[in-house]
Amino acid sequence: MLLDALLSFELLRNTFYTGLLVGFIAPLLGTFIVVRRLSLIADGLSHVTLAGIAFGLFMQKKYTLLFLTPFHTGIIFSIIGAIVIENLRSVYKAFQEIAIPITLSLGVGLSVVFIALADGINTDIFAYLFGSVAAVSRSDLYLILVTTGLVLLLIIFLYKELFALSFDEEFATVSGMRAKVIHYLFIIMTALVISASIRIVGVLLVSALMTLPVATAIRVAKSFKQTIIYSIIYGEVAVIVGLVSGYYLEIPPGGTIVITSAILLGLTLLVKKWYLAYIYKG
Amino acid sequence: MSNTLINVNDVTHRYDRHTVLENISFSVEEGAFVGLVGPNGSGKTTIIKLMLGLEKLQKGSIETFGKPIHKFTNKGHISFVSQKANSFNRGFPATAKEVVGMGLTSKLSLLRPTTKKLEHHIYEALDQVNMSEYANTNIGDLSGGQQQRIFIARSIVNKPRLLILDEPTVGVDTENVEQFYQLLSKLNDELGITLILVSHDIGSITTHVTDLLCLNKSIHYHGNPSDFENMTDEQRSKLYGHDMHTITHNH
Ligand SMILES: Nc1ncnc2c1ncn2[C@@H]1O[C@H](COP(=O)(O)OP(=O)(O)OP(=O)(O)O)[C@@H](O)[C@H]1O
Ligand SMILES: [Mg+2]
Repeated sequence: MLLDALLSFELLRNTFYTGLLVGFIAPLLGTFIVVRRLSLIADGLSHVTLAGIAFGLFMQKKYTLLFLTPFHTGIIFSIIGAIVIENLRSVYKAFQEIAIPITLSLGVGLSVVFIALADGINTDIFAYLFGSVAAVSRSDLYLILVTTGLVLLLIIFLYKELFALSFDEEFATVSGMRAKVIHYLFIIMTALVISASIRIVGVLLVSALMTLPVATAIRVAKSFKQTIIYSIIYGEVAVIVGLVSGYYLEIPPGGTIVITSAILLGLTLLVKKWYLAYIYKG
Repeated sequence: MSNTLINVNDVTHRYDRHTVLENISFSVEEGAFVGLVGPNGSGKTTIIKLMLGLEKLQKGSIETFGKPIHKFTNKGHISFVSQKANSFNRGFPATAKEVVGMGLTSKLSLLRPTTKKLEHHIYEALDQVNMSEYANTNIGDLSGGQQQRIFIARSIVNKPRLLILDEPTVGVDTENVEQFYQLLSKLNDELGITLILVSHDIGSITTHVTDLLCLNKSIHYHGNPSDFENMTDEQRSKLYGHDMHTITHNH
């Protein structure tokens, strides 16, 4: 059974804990990403992270650098990518979504180059693309724990600012908020959460974990606080169901988690429709 | 003793080559209720943005609360209602109460007392704009005028010392407009909040304001509203810098 497996295989246990962590932090940060309409930018950033991972794999293969794992290089690339994106967004003020194709294509381009240099696709890169149930080492888990904790602290600390800036940047600026600094912190937080989530859901689906639970929550929540709480609940359910079913069906968990999220979204919309129809008939 | 809150000194502003403000100087004393009027495109929003630090100063100087504008940080002294209240994100999942609460942000210390303790301020502000019953309604589900009243509540919830309103009553119905002007007078009289109210409807504000400022690229009149009222239409039109015949007559 899974429980036995969880108890006996450390990697599996680490994956499960990581899942719980990212199932919490990704939808939490995702709520701000969705209301600020940055979902696609998160996607661009995840491809830059892939370039970092590919770079790490390449370095590992060619120079056997053991202290710098692909996970670490992924985080570094992600943070650099975040800073580049935020700069592009302020340069192209009037059409900020231009930052998406620029970073996305650059990320994919660099990934292709490094993957080729590292002698092609191997199972490692497959795990990074779609997630894996047994990809998390103990040191990775600790790093993910620290990142999640850091992001959580920042969100608690900057909650009012993030909320006000997402809603009405002009008013927030007049109120004395340092919009620019907070935007940078926010995009770096996004980079950190993406790097942490990639172990579980993979590069291609990481933005889904940040946005699908939020899309579902928005349909039922009555306030911003509720949106956050429901997003986290939907996120955790998707991660737990996705990891368990992925393990049994031998499917990369990225797929099962996202499909669970999509099912939750569909069910929520249906139940809401029935409920409204019921109330209406009274 | 009167205290100067804003001092604008010889400000000129251009967008590309187009000069929109020319040698503007005026000051706003604590306790004043200033009506800033002028036709469309006369530079009202521009001078407001310069005073709020939203637009970069090109020429001249502005002092807010005794400090040069670039050294001033707003810690709840100044609040603002924007002209384009629809600049916010319409699908945003926040209740009216949460939106008004955003106005309290600068009151919160680093330790952040829970908003629960400050909730009565929020209800008080909602009450002042007659929106209490919508406290838990989603902001996107309110009508344009109702949203505008929520933004007005957000701007007064913090009890700022200076409140700047850029055509805040656009989309608000007549009954609520009159009530709103009364609320502004009350804030001014009872709480001593200094007000700058931008409008292009000169007729409906002259009875409320203590100072009238007519702007059209440069300042055409700055003084007492009753002196302005006592002039002939022709003199006023000249000062307003535009034909304002129709505006005063629908008063
Ligand atoms: N960001 C901008 N870039 C270029 N020109 C601008 C910009 N903002 C305003 N202008 C121009 O500056 C002039 C003054 O604009 P402003 O918004 O200050 O007028 P206003 O008095 O507030 O008008 P209204 O009554 O319509 O609100 C206008 O001619 C406008 O076209
Ligand atoms: Mg204007």
